[in-house]
Amino acid sequence: MTGVSGLVVEDLVVKVHDIQAVKGVSFEIGRGRRMGLIGESGCGKSLTALALMGLLPHGVTASGRVLLNGRNLLDLSDKQMCAVRGNDIAMVFQEPMTALNPLMRVGNQVAESLRLHKGMNRAAASARAVELLERVQLPEPDRTARKYPHQLSGGQRQRVVLAIALACDPAVLVADEPTTALDVTVQAEMLRLMDTLVREEGASLLLITHDLPVVASICEELLVMYGGSIVEHGDVATVFDSPRHPYTAGLRASTVLESTDGSGRLSTIPGRVPSLGSFPTGCVYRNRCPRADDVCGTVPLLTAPPGSTQRAACHHPIESDQPLGSGKASA
Amino acid sequence: MTTTPLLEAVDVVREYRSPRRSLRTPGQPIRALDGVSVQVHEGEAFGIVGESGSGKSTLSRILMALDQPTSGTAFYQGQRISGVPERRLGFLRRDVQMVLQDPMSSLNPRMRVADIIAEPMRALRLPGDHRARVAELMHSVGLPEEAVTRYPHQFSGGQRQRIAIARALAAGPKVIVGDEPVSALDVSVRAQILNLLTDLAEQFKLTLILVSHDLSVVRYLCDRIAVMNQGRIVETGDTESIYADPRHPYTQRLLSAVPTLSGDLLDRFNRSST
Repeated sequence: MTGVSGLVVEDLVVKVHDIQAVKGVSFEIGRGRRMGLIGESGCGKSLTALALMGLLPHGVTASGRVLLNGRNLLDLSDKQMCAVRGNDIAMVFQEPMTALNPLMRVGNQVAESLRLHKGMNRAAASARAVELLERVQLPEPDRTARKYPHQLSGGQRQRVVLAIALACDPAVLVADEPTTALDVTVQAEMLRLMDTLVREEGASLLLITHDLPVVASICEELLVMYGGSIVEHGDVATVFDSPRHPYTAGLRASTVLESTDGSGRLSTIPGRVPSLGSFPTGCVYRNRCPRADDVCGTVPLLTAPPGSTQRAACHHPIESDQPLGSGKASA
Repeated sequence: MTTTPLLEAVDVVREYRSPRRSLRTPGQPIRALDGVSVQVHEGEAFGIVGESGSGKSTLSRILMALDQPTSGTAFYQGQRISGVPERRLGFLRRDVQMVLQDPMSSLNPRMRVADIIAEPMRALRLPGDHRARVAELMHSVGLPEEAVTRYPHQFSGGQRQRIAIARALAAGPKVIVGDEPVSALDVSVRAQILNLLTDLAEQFKLTLILVSHDLSVVRYLCDRIAVMNQGRIVETGDTESIYADPRHPYTQRLLSAVPTLSGDLLDRFNRSST
C-alpha cells in the first residue's frame, strides 16, 4: 500500500500533565501519499501535529516513535530538531496572520528558512524566495516579496505560509486546518495548489481538519481520531462511502446537511466531546454511541475485516450493507 | 408579492473612504455596496451569500440600521429606518436581534449568563419577570437552568452560541439576523445549532436573515438567497432553483468551489475556472 516509507509514527503518546491526550497512535504516510486526519475539536489532532513537529508547549510531553529518514524525531535534542524542522518536515498553520511575523517583509520570511537550512547567502535566498512566491501563484512575486503581511489578503498570506513550508523541499508537510479561514473559491485554489505541489515534490502530506469534504478533495487515505485514539483508518472514498465506526458515520451524517432523520431535522452526534481526561474508559466513544453495550467497557482494537484494509476500533462496527439509523445521505 | 416586505433596502449605496495617502488629496472612496435592493418577507428565511469583501455584512448592518447608507434607504414594515435618529429606533431594536459568529467575543466574559440574557430586556425597559423569562429561554435553547450563574468561559463553543441565541430571543424579536452563526463551530455542533435555529424560527414565528459564506448551511436553512459579489447582488431567487441552475457566472464559480464528500472538487473547479 505504501511506497518508500515517508513518515512512520509508532505508538505516539502525548501527555498533558499526566493525562493521556493522545493514546498510542500509530500510522504511516508513504512518500507522495496524502493522508487526512479528521475529528472534532478536543480529539487530539493538533497535539499529534505539534508532537510531530517537536513544538509541544511546556508541560506537554510526547513518547513513542516518530521516524523520518531512519531517525526518531522524539529522541532529538532541541538543537537537532531545529535543523529538521522547516527542512525535512514543515508545517502550514491555520491562521496565517499569527504564523507570519508582522514586522518582516514576506520575501525575507521565505528567505529566512533558506538561509538557515540551506546556508544560502542573502542575495541567493532572496532570489529563490521570489521564485517560491511565484510557485505558490502570488501575483507579481517580486513586488509581493517586499510587502508586509498586513498588505496581503488572507488567501495570499496563506500562500506565503505555504511557500515558507515548501522552501526547503520537505519530505513531510503537515497542514493544520490550512483553509478553514478562507473563502470557498480561495480555499479551492489553495487546495489545488497544495495538491499540485505535493504531487510534484513527492512529499508526504498530513492534512488535519474537521472539514470532511476538504479531506475528500485532496487526500487518498484517512485517519479518524476521537478521544486521542485512531478510531478508523482506510482509503478516503471507502471510509466516506461506508464508514465502519459509528463516530465516522456520525461525523459524516452531520456534515452532509441534506441528510435528515426523517422528521426534517439534521442528524447530529448526541452529546459533546468530553473535556480532556473525562473520556470514558474502554471505548472512548461509548457514552455517545448508539451501539454501545457492556462489551464496550474494554478497549476495542483497530482491526480490519478479512480481505479489507479499512480498520476500525469498534466492537460493533457498521457492516457495509447495513446503514446506521441516522438516515442515508445523498452526497 | 403585494404585501409590504418586512425589511427592505432600496438602491442602497455605502461608500467608505480609504485612508489618505497624501496630505493634499483625500482618500479614495470604496463602494462596499453599489446600488443594492432587497426585500425580506415575514416568516421567510433569507440568505445573503458571498465571499469576504462582497458587502454582505454591510448590507445586513444597514438592514438593522446599525450603519447608514451613503444613498438609498432601508425600510422596516414600510417605515424608513435609514437616517433616523437612534432615539426613534426603539421599535427596531426590539424587533430585530442579532447572533454573531464568535460567541467568545460577542458575550461579555465578566457577566454571568443570567445577566447576559436579561440585558436586552433591561436595556429596552421591558416589563415582566426577567428572571422567569431567562429560565424559560435557557430551556428553549436546551441549556440547564442552573447554569445561569456561570460565566461564558465555562461553556463549550456550541453552548456559548446557544447563550447568544437565548439573548437574541430575550426581547421577543420578529427578526433574527445571523452573521456567520455556525462558522466557528465543529460539524457535529453545527448541525445541533442549525436544528435549534429551525425549531426556534418555527416556534416563535421568526424571520431569519442569514449572512454566510458557507453555501451548504445557507442551502439547508434558507428559502430564498441573494448572492453578492463586489457590492452588488448578482443573483437572487429561490434557494433550490439557484443551486440547481445558477445563472450568473459568479454563482456558478462559487458553487463549483464547494468541496463535497465525493471528492471531485478539483475536477469541477478546474473545469469552471478555465
